[in-house]
Amino acid sequence: MTKTERFSAWNLFRHGMSRRSWPRVWDHHDLESSYDVVIVGGGVHGLATTYYLARNHGITDVAVLEKSYIGSGGSGRNTAIVRSNYLTPEGSRFYDRSVKLYEGLAEDLNFNVMFEQRGHMTLAHSDSSLRTMRWRAEVNKLQGIDSSVISPDAVKDLAPFLDVSDHPRYPIVGALWHPPGGIIRHDAVVWGYARAAAAMGAHIHQDTELTGIDVAGGRVTGVQTSRGPISTGVLINCTAGWASLISDMAGVRLPITTRPLQAAVTEPVKQFLHPVIVSGSLHTYVSQTSRGELVFGASVDPFASYSTRGSLEFATGLATHVLELMPALSNMRLLRQWAGLCDMTPDFGPIIGPTPVDGFHVDVGWGTYGFKAGPVAGEAVAEMIANGRPGALIAPFGLHRFEAGSLTAEKGAAAVGH
Amino acid sequence: MLLIICPNCGPRNSDEFTFQGEIRPRPDVAETDAVQWRRYLYMRSNLSDWVSERWFHGSGCRRFLKLERHTASNEIRDVELVGGEQA
Repeated sequence: MTKTERFSAWNLFRHGMSRRSWPRVWDHHDLESSYDVVIVGGGVHGLATTYYLARNHGITDVAVLEKSYIGSGGSGRNTAIVRSNYLTPEGSRFYDRSVKLYEGLAEDLNFNVMFEQRGHMTLAHSDSSLRTMRWRAEVNKLQGIDSSVISPDAVKDLAPFLDVSDHPRYPIVGALWHPPGGIIRHDAVVWGYARAAAAMGAHIHQDTELTGIDVAGGRVTGVQTSRGPISTGVLINCTAGWASLISDMAGVRLPITTRPLQAAVTEPVKQFLHPVIVSGSLHTYVSQTSRGELVFGASVDPFASYSTRGSLEFATGLATHVLELMPALSNMRLLRQWAGLCDMTPDFGPIIGPTPVDGFHVDVGWGTYGFKAGPVAGEAVAEMIANGRPGALIAPFGLHRFEAGSLTAEKGAAAVGH
Repeated sequence: MLLIICPNCGPRNSDEFTFQGEIRPRPDVAETDAVQWRRYLYMRSNLSDWVSERWFHGSGCRRFLKLERHTASNEIRDVELVGGEQA
């Protein structure tokens, strides 16, 4: 077990005075021949599941397999926005639990995850989108979530750089305002979960790629990895981008199409934008990090691909849309752009739960909104593994729903607008 | 960005086209039950490999194309017209 030193003002002072370095946060372990639970994917979903398995259920004989370094996939490529103002009661309850977990996460993990609840503002550019926002706000209020529709004047007060005149092609006619929403340091979330899980005994294996899944008599018996075989009776696929390819190894077909989603970041400037600004019609969302950079995201690319290269169309389209919202940004320079892989499902709902292969579970298909769901998904998947069946919160998101024809209805609030 | 060489219109930006997904055999409706039909509707191979796809040249000749594309590199090795036009 890794010996973890608590981060505190006193320990910081002590290390400063003694100049003694901090211990390694998690140890490198040899691959054991057997684990109770094997988790594929060292991102926020896999590591949160590992953490809640140990903390809530005392299951610590767990291996996390990560083919690269932890947080190298979707967890490190998203735009780090957290919110819970979804359209359906199931969706908003689910994400509200995630926001609550994020609020207490720094204390839980003894790791500063830099969660800043700056408020989340979704702009309405037409009467019809304003109508949907009123509906969303009422659904949210019934669930006890702070969410309301505000006027263009209130928008201007909260974000003075937005053009609320009637000149733009897409004028701002109001907004859905969600004060608990905000941004977080996504790498810190991954590191915090990994550190806390390792301290309780889980093994985090980086540079360890899953190469095969052993199935005998309809049950998982083990996995093959680039560092050797492991026998296990419980395997959880917590990957994004590779969810279909990994499930194929167990012979489980998924209703997923993988699409890149591009994002970009500008040079850092003085703080001027407090809330997160989202425009569904313009397919863009903007936030300013505490370091001063503006982070932009878009909707998924128009065709399926496993390529994470950026495109010129994205950069020019993004600039057009952002300047429509905030003309004053015309001289800012983009520093870099990147893409992450999003596993899109037909109903934009995730796929969580058992599969036709006993012992093989999935927590996949998180589309464009997987990061904000990381804590609640980890908690719910851990509970499912401990109890042997999915809890009420995730029951509607099982794989069987596609063959049963009972799809979820989250597309309206989950498809765009982060 | 993809450059798609349309057999009708020549090299064009992929913006002119609509991606319609991997080509899968459509089961015979008369001999298909609801579960098999939903499997056809929703399940995907989603390969990271050479894939046959259908694209529609909506801002060009409005013809349907069959494309052979590698989904990891986005390289296109074959484009051909397939039957059917959209009014």
